[in-house]
Amino acid sequence: MDITFYFPPLADYVATFPMLVLAVAALLCVVVDIFYNDAKGVAILAGASLLVTLLFEAARLSLPPAKALYGMVYVGGTASLVNMTILFSGFLTVLIAQPYLKRLGRNYGEVYALLLVAVVGMMALGSAANLLTLFAGLETMSVCLYILTALVREKDGAIESALKYFLLGAFSTGFLLYGIALIYGATGTMDLSDFADRLASTNAGVMFWGGTALLLVGFFFKVSAVPFHMWTPDVYQGAPTPISGFMATASKTSAFAAMVLVLGRALPSAQWQTTVAIVALLSMVIGNFVALAQSNVKRMLAYSSIAHAGYVLTGIASATPEGYAGALYYLLVYTVMNVGAFGVLAYLEHDNRQGDTQTVDSLAGTGQRYPLLGVVMAVCLFSLLGFPPLAGFFGKVYVFGPAVKSGLAWLAVAGVLTSAVSAAYYLRVLYVMWMKPSPDDAVAPQFEGVPPLAAVALAGCAAFLLLLTFTPWVMDAAVAFFRDVPAAIVSLP
Amino acid sequence: MEPITLNWYLALSAVLFIIGVLGVLLRRNAIVILMSVEIMLNAVNLSLVAISQALGETSGQILVFFVMSVAAAEAAIGLALVIALFRRKTSVDVQTLSLFRR
Amino acid sequence: MLASFIPLFLQILMAAGLAYTLLIAAKKLGPKRPNAVKTMAYESGMDPVGTARDRYSVKFYLVAMIFIVFDVEVVFLYPWAVTFREFLTRSPQLGLFVLGVVGVFLAVLTLGLVYDIKKGGLEF
Repeated sequence: MDITFYFPPLADYVATFPMLVLAVAALLCVVVDIFYNDAKGVAILAGASLLVTLLFEAARLSLPPAKALYGMVYVGGTASLVNMTILFSGFLTVLIAQPYLKRLGRNYGEVYALLLVAVVGMMALGSAANLLTLFAGLETMSVCLYILTALVREKDGAIESALKYFLLGAFSTGFLLYGIALIYGATGTMDLSDFADRLASTNAGVMFWGGTALLLVGFFFKVSAVPFHMWTPDVYQGAPTPISGFMATASKTSAFAAMVLVLGRALPSAQWQTTVAIVALLSMVIGNFVALAQSNVKRMLAYSSIAHAGYVLTGIASATPEGYAGALYYLLVYTVMNVGAFGVLAYLEHDNRQGDTQTVDSLAGTGQRYPLLGVVMAVCLFSLLGFPPLAGFFGKVYVFGPAVKSGLAWLAVAGVLTSAVSAAYYLRVLYVMWMKPSPDDAVAPQFEGVPPLAAVALAGCAAFLLLLTFTPWVMDAAVAFFRDVPAAIVSLP
Repeated sequence: MEPITLNWYLALSAVLFIIGVLGVLLRRNAIVILMSVEIMLNAVNLSLVAISQALGETSGQILVFFVMSVAAAEAAIGLALVIALFRRKTSVDVQTLSLFRR
Repeated sequence: MLASFIPLFLQILMAAGLAYTLLIAAKKLGPKRPNAVKTMAYESGMDPVGTARDRYSVKFYLVAMIFIVFDVEVVFLYPWAVTFREFLTRSPQLGLFVLGVVGVFLAVLTLGLVYDIKKGGLEF
């Protein structure tokens, strides 16, 4: 073989620049932390590296999709879109988490190093062109998230939820890995682009379909789809609130993107469409109805995130490029609104001193006392609900529309009906925040208001959701871009 | 005696995997669950190596290296979490993880 | 095809049977006159110190965890070491590159070790 084969060309380093930069930045975070013990500097370093890579990916958004590093990862085009969503979530999380953790006395440098490594893992997972990359990315992400969940280790429940997440996560990893092994045994390759050819030439037997089923179980667990959702409420409740927001958005985005790559590109849809549709239905119904019964706000948002996994799965179940594009758009919008909602909850914790036991009733009157938090929460929740002119509404149109076209009208109808149910619990939060008077003894204990950077991040979330709707040129650009996404998915190498 | 074919390895791996799954589902001690998960991962390693050898293709064996290092990282984190739990509860029984159960 | 394994199964059965028979025979036939010195735990002829069921300090777990991680990373060095000579003979330039690659890997591991030491993970 030619010697030059062993030297990755410069273009490969450029194409995977974000992953490289973030990996180096994570190591630098560790260095700064151990030699200078400067948590603030580490946070700045992490935020800056995330911002740089975010801009870099934005610049590559319009490039045709390609493969890099010996065909291991996709770069450019839709891969850039997925990476942008993940980086955006990471960047907002750093801005929101830094002051929050400082208040808790948990502003360790390691948090940011772990966050960056998790982001690198997510990017590898979300743009994997090979089952090897997929596994490595998935585990890099999961291992970091297990640790971040247990961050406030003296708090009741943090260790519990981390241990629960860890044991179930490792269990599901076993299934996913066994699925990879069986698929590898049946096709003789780990390259996603080769599956279609190999399946056409050989007869896909029980080994291949068993492997696919196990792989799906692993994915369903990671995106917390029913019936593999049991860990979600406990973990989101026990983890530090901004970290819950990060887990609910970035890790789901990357797992869904990997699912689109594996299912949409590599496997014939006739075999998995029904399964995914049924799981989507169960997630929407159970997520929304159980959320109604929750008094704890974080648990409520956790069940709502299960329901939203169902909406995204509806787009994937349509098994058309339009459906996949809709799912990716939905994930972008979902990321912004959920990071915003969890961020608001994080700062309201400081007001009513209830920590992770924050109930809906404890939010009484907070809308009037902290108008910024109240308004951001209103925008995010209305968008989560899918209220017509907001970004979340278009997200639902983009996932339900393709489903109807693929003959899954019943699924879309179920989606719309369960969305209507979700209005009950989203609006209840807003009602309590804005309409209920503060309790008489409502002192605002040691609450100096939202720190400036976090306020910018939260306002940014709301502004993003509103801009996407109310500014014609942003809207046009988004529509034009997402019109090209299905074609880009089809033309993946 | 006839040679041991790929199917034997796959069968052994499936049996090991099921032992691991049953261990996770039936045992209550967090450390035993952790060990059962390791059995599952190693069962998969066995299949991957056997398949890789049978196909004469190396990517399966490369994945095994990744699985081994991931298993080590998971063992380290799992042990750390179990120790932290033990310090709070003086028990490693997963049935005591009931804070959020109503 | 299972028939060819019958001798193996027979041998396993016989081995287990012999061991079991000997154990039972020793228990039934042997004289039992225990005294304090005889029942004492055997620790290479020394007098035993404390009970054998003592708990270990949790610090050992920390060392064990650090050991697991660093120990397993060595698996990546074996394939590298096996193929390095081949790369080197193909072209010295390539050999240097491959050496650099493993250098990066080891540098990251070393950073992990420095982190452990700085955070007091190896202190007692």
